[in-house]
Amino acid sequence: MDTVIDILESLKPGIDYAHTTDLVTSRVLDSLTIIALVGELEDEYDISIPAVEIVVSNFNSAAAIYALVERLASEETL
Amino acid sequence: MNSFCSLTFILLFLPGSAALWALAPRRARPAVLLAASYACFWLISGALLGMLVAATLVTYATGLALGALRERQRRALVGLSRAERKALKQRGRARLNLVLATGALVLLGMLVAVKYLPFFAQIGSSLLELTGLGGPLVAPRLAAPIGISFYTLQALSYLFDVKNGVVAADRNLLRLALFMSFFPEIMEGPICRYTDTADQLTSGRPPQGPEVGSGCVRILWGAAKILLVADRVNLFVKPVFADHTAWDGTVIFVAAALYTLQLYCDFSGTMDIALGAAHLFGIRLPENFRQPFFSRTASEFWERWHITLGSWLRDYVFYPVSLSGPVKGVASVLRKRLGMRLGSVLSGGVALACVWVLNGLWHGAGWQYIFFGLYYFALILGASLAEPVFQRLRTLLHVNPEARGWHLFQVVRTCLIVIVGELFFRAEGLRAGLAMFSTVVKSFSPAQLADGTLLAPGMDGADFALTAVMVLALLAVDLWREHGSPVPAGALRHRTALTCVAGVGLVLAIILFGAYGGTYVPLDPIYAQF
Repeated sequence: MDTVIDILESLKPGIDYAHTTDLVTSRVLDSLTIIALVGELEDEYDISIPAVEIVVSNFNSAAAIYALVERLASEETL
Repeated sequence: MNSFCSLTFILLFLPGSAALWALAPRRARPAVLLAASYACFWLISGALLGMLVAATLVTYATGLALGALRERQRRALVGLSRAERKALKQRGRARLNLVLATGALVLLGMLVAVKYLPFFAQIGSSLLELTGLGGPLVAPRLAAPIGISFYTLQALSYLFDVKNGVVAADRNLLRLALFMSFFPEIMEGPICRYTDTADQLTSGRPPQGPEVGSGCVRILWGAAKILLVADRVNLFVKPVFADHTAWDGTVIFVAAALYTLQLYCDFSGTMDIALGAAHLFGIRLPENFRQPFFSRTASEFWERWHITLGSWLRDYVFYPVSLSGPVKGVASVLRKRLGMRLGSVLSGGVALACVWVLNGLWHGAGWQYIFFGLYYFALILGASLAEPVFQRLRTLLHVNPEARGWHLFQVVRTCLIVIVGELFFRAEGLRAGLAMFSTVVKSFSPAQLADGTLLAPGMDGADFALTAVMVLALLAVDLWREHGSPVPAGALRHRTALTCVAGVGLVLAIILFGAYGGTYVPLDPIYAQF
């Protein structure tokens, strides 16, 4: 979770990522930032995030992003 | 019946279909709705209904083929090792892509044939002429069925979703046919996803009491936007854009601003009628507008204007292109060389360019539409690249991003950006658009806004006054939607009475102040041509 927050901080600093739960709906993360985030997450966790997973509920908070990463990582090792 | 504002539609077709649907047994309602939808299509486009039926059959067959492939792959994966599963999934993906591409090419082929062939032939001719390889290419101009751009995108979204496993392939041809033809959507959208409407369309659920009342008021509000504003300002917009050389910068700028207002009232008014009409059948369609003129940036504007097109392009073009192998490779290299932020924004620019060229082309086959798309591409990519600089400037100048003054400045700036974009969009070709923009820059004079110059193109003082009143009404409604209802909760107990008052008030306003008869010429629905 801390790594996800560090990546978010490096992309767009000055947001309380630990507690914000409307990152997409309040436009903190726009489409271009989400693509940058996906690239960083894929490199960091060695996973592949398909386009179909880019939905609001997966990116609206750091916790949701971390849950997505964990799910995709576990699916790939199955 | 070429418009939702025609008396044939409002007084005969819509209430007649709603009554037949309500009288039919619940199980028969989907068939009644499909018959009404095909009848509406036939009344507008005649025998071109055959193209809609063909597109529906292609979508149905492709969806079933994709569903069968996915199911076969799911069964074959059971009991395999990780490496075997990976290899099988890769082969499966290639087959799914092949089937999807075949269906998509047929659907897009029909769209290109009726909408883009002459434009592409013109580009081909220019290239042949430049290279000296041959003579001009000639392509026939074919008649296009109503709503082909809308139902094609709906069909493609269904096929992408089946391929990705978001929805199951539908074996019910009636439901798929309704999804592609539901008559309130066929004129100008909204562009629905299968998950938005398919089940609602076949459920036959009767509308609840308040739904009928609110649906009727929404239809009247949409008609008021079109008849009181869009048709009225046409008196000014049409002559100025028809011969821009006869007018100076002030008149051209006001014409561009009024065209922006006209487009908003015509398109969002038609959406109000579509959503209100759907209410009469107990169906909720997705909203296509969310107070676009309160946007603080161009990017936000497109999240509030024609929402269903923007989200379609985001989900089926932007993300898939951004996450495709070649673009990801470029992104990885750029991130290492230029840093995480700059590298990602620049590589995202490839997908963004695809989105905006397609957005421009979707609106029409012409260079001005491509320029319109690239205009927003440059603005949005430029704003993203320059964001760190803007951030530093705001800190230096002690700008509070949440201050009302700054918010207002951003909203006005976005409105000006939109008006300039619409000037190019409405101009009779790119060359005319550039000439008009140049005239505005060179000869705009604020003094002419109040010295009678604006009365020359065709709107008199009463037309301007009525338009101003409607703009204030639109602003009040948008403020209400943005910040919540000003009506005290207690007053909602009298919902029926309030609905009746609103309905009667709107009917009277349309009868007394609508722009019809005399010198007024009804405007053809603008987005129906796209």
